[in-house]
Amino acid sequence: MARSYLPPEYIVDINRDKCRRCGLCVRGCGFSVLKWAHTDWQEKMGTFKDGQDDLGVVYQRIVETTPDYIVADSSLCRQCHYCVSHCPEGAINVIKNPVAYRANEHWAAHHMRNIWLQAETGGVLLTGSGNDKAYFSYFDHMVLDACQVTNPSIDPLREPMELRSFLGERPDGLEFERTPEGQVRLKTQLPPHVQLETPIIFPAMSYGAISLNVQKAFAMAAKASGTLMNTGEGGMHQDLYPYADHMIVQVASGRFGVNPGYLRRGRIAEIKIGQGAKPGIGGHLPGEKVDSGVSQTRMIPIGSDAISPAPHHDIYSIEDLAQLIYALKEATEYIKPVSVKISAVHNVAAIASGIARAGADIITIDGFRGGTGAAPLIIRDHVGIPIEVALATVDERLRREGIRNRVSIVASGGIRHSGDVAKAIALGADAVAIGTAALIALGCHVCQSCFTGNCSWGIATQRPELTARQDPERGAELLTNLLRGWSRELKEILGALGLNSIESLRGSRLRLRGVGLSKQELDLLGIKPAGEGA
Amino acid sequence: MREGMVRIPSGCAISAIMNVKGIRFNGEAIIRSITCMHERSNGLGGGFAAYGIYPRFRDLYALHLLYESDRGRIDAESFIKDNFVVEHSESIPTRPVVSITDPPMFYRYFVSVRPDSLDALRGEDEAELLVRATMTVNNCIRDAFMVSAGKNMGVFKGVGFPEDIARFFRLEEYEGYLWTAHGRFPTNTPGWWGGAHPFGILDWTVVHNGEVSSYGINKRYLEMFGYHLTLQTDTEVVAYLFDLLHRRQKVPLNLVARALASPFWKDIDRMPEEERAMYKAIRMVYGPAMLNGPFSIIVAFNGGMMGLNDRIKLRPLSCGKKDDFVLMGSEESAIRSIVGDLDEVWDVRAGEMALVQLEEGGVAVG
Ligand code: SF4
Ligand code: SF4
Repeated sequence: MARSYLPPEYIVDINRDKCRRCGLCVRGCGFSVLKWAHTDWQEKMGTFKDGQDDLGVVYQRIVETTPDYIVADSSLCRQCHYCVSHCPEGAINVIKNPVAYRANEHWAAHHMRNIWLQAETGGVLLTGSGNDKAYFSYFDHMVLDACQVTNPSIDPLREPMELRSFLGERPDGLEFERTPEGQVRLKTQLPPHVQLETPIIFPAMSYGAISLNVQKAFAMAAKASGTLMNTGEGGMHQDLYPYADHMIVQVASGRFGVNPGYLRRGRIAEIKIGQGAKPGIGGHLPGEKVDSGVSQTRMIPIGSDAISPAPHHDIYSIEDLAQLIYALKEATEYIKPVSVKISAVHNVAAIASGIARAGADIITIDGFRGGTGAAPLIIRDHVGIPIEVALATVDERLRREGIRNRVSIVASGGIRHSGDVAKAIALGADAVAIGTAALIALGCHVCQSCFTGNCSWGIATQRPELTARQDPERGAELLTNLLRGWSRELKEILGALGLNSIESLRGSRLRLRGVGLSKQELDLLGIKPAGEGA
Repeated sequence: MREGMVRIPSGCAISAIMNVKGIRFNGEAIIRSITCMHERSNGLGGGFAAYGIYPRFRDLYALHLLYESDRGRIDAESFIKDNFVVEHSESIPTRPVVSITDPPMFYRYFVSVRPDSLDALRGEDEAELLVRATMTVNNCIRDAFMVSAGKNMGVFKGVGFPEDIARFFRLEEYEGYLWTAHGRFPTNTPGWWGGAHPFGILDWTVVHNGEVSSYGINKRYLEMFGYHLTLQTDTEVVAYLFDLLHRRQKVPLNLVARALASPFWKDIDRMPEEERAMYKAIRMVYGPAMLNGPFSIIVAFNGGMMGLNDRIKLRPLSCGKKDDFVLMGSEESAIRSIVGDLDEVWDVRAGEMALVQLEEGGVAVG
């Protein structure tokens, strides 16, 4: 990669007094930032012409007389903090480069850096993770209610608190019948559905984008927590078959790894139309990440780029989508719900309504803060809308059309804590999906370099020495803990609201208030401003 | 601000008395029982529902209407005449009560459905027509409000202490086999008589003590089925949920109670398979209808009543039995104020209901 003219934004600062030269960071950094000084010199010497023996001699002398130490090429550092987190002496820190650019409210350093980079390469800038720009957050401008006096709050440590949720179509009503013995029993046959013990699931992250060990951690955690993970568009590796009952199997435009067995194995089949981080763009897996395991699972040659087409080439309209939905239902014998995942864009409510009418049982909406393994920076940062408004308008539209029961809504894209979960549920989500938050639990520092395949944390990489860093058992424990922690907090929130079951919060926008939102935004979200009573 | 423009949480007293043989008795007993709980209301709302009070017109719908101006009466009456055959109409007799100031006008109409308007319904039943007529009056006609619209029953309510409202409406002069009563303690000052309780739809009336914390989603759920919630009260929500689940969707009454105050998953998970599947379906499908938060409710209808308590019993509800009488009340004292030596007395348990129906062959006899 060409060097930009800008000095590095962050500096890897090594405290030589503290460093005891164990070399852990040198092996640790996936981006080859840290090196032994001797190695570094030798490499630099190598750039001189052959035959310059004197230099070789000089180098030898230095190596013999100067003890080795660690140097950093800060311009390569991606701020993943693997070295900082692992240095046993606490000798490394990554600090913001204090060099001050001429202040300019319009031309920020990252604008200049990107221009220089593109001037040299003529390429599309890639990035990973989710949109990091300073867009307005609706989550941060909504607050929840609590009970007092007229209505007691409930103590989750003393009273039952229920988070059990369901995904799938629900009929508008139930029919009962009397047995000959006079017993009342249920007559209605329920459509296929999936029970979740907590309304939080793991979203689509493909094997290829992330390592198999991480997928295993998700699978085990999903099973242990009574929830779901999602294969993403990369097929299902054999090792995950035992967990298939807790997996959503995705069918994306590239159809990687899709076959009848794959569809039948999963708990839910999901058609991926869009992704919040890159609406209108298909999945990108650089060939560097396609090793033999990925190649087998995806059914593509080793080392080949796996570029999913932007649209599904058999879906050019809503009736085509209906056909694919029913093709999947046929393949799974109508016993599994079919989900359709879309990105949050301007017309999301109308699109969602069409999807519900096309026969989907679940609609997953991914907001513009949603993460990705690789996406063009310009798309990630400038296309799509926030999940809060997308969710609110979809839920309201489906209700107004009387078809809300036909589908469940899963919301994702930038959910950071249980407060966001509660707010999303109050806006109308049946469940939420947490991708970035789950990766953070596994060590991800949101350095946005997933597309490089060098993730030091062993998450977004297939380099065996890096993926070995993710122990699936430990990862499952971390993820299970995270879900347990958030679920407990959700119970606290419910208790404060005077509720003892999550379905009484779901869609109950009366329990939300907006702070600092315009009238129009409040109307879109369907909530009242703070200060307005019941 | 009038009820409906703003949501007003209230604390309350409720009570009920019923003769399961259908034998009618006058309003004194229910008045005594609600008066006993005077401390639970603050003079800003009281009301009664009485069943079996119009034996002469038992096959006709008794429409109780409240008018705030003559204009409202003229508009509503022309609407009623357009849609119904009015067999008899009169103003509801009242007497002056010192503490009650500025009451609206009350009229009642005994009507049957015009055959031609029934034709126009195309397959829908009379009940649906009555529901729509109620919604039209309450939403579209100014200064008019349909207080109740069921057969052989009526709601009497207003702003005041329940005992004063009872005297105002001369309830001691009526005889019914089932009476319910409500005394209100709103946290606000609703000056509008239509907002008092019981709230009724068709012959269903609801008295309620509590605050439904799930109101937001209950309301949105009902709206999906075409209900307009104009009063913003919990009572209205409860009445409409009964209407939707029982009348429209034909869910058996005891299961409606289970949908509104669902058993906990921990208990469902322990049930035998078939039962478990049934309750799971109820919670899955009717989750948005579940009432959460503190409440005790008495729902009355032609032929019976049902007491229902919230899932963790955050509000009181006691029941008592004496001979052919079943009594319910927010306090045991309210029951005992009517009958001292009860055969049986019990508290409705958390999430449980007490369903009382006229005994086989028991009818409201004149
Ligand atoms: S890329 Fe990560 S491990 Fe490497 S130096 Fe930077 S922070 Fe440390
Ligand atoms: S997964 Fe790895 S590469 Fe991607 S943001 Fe997280 S730490 Fe960085």
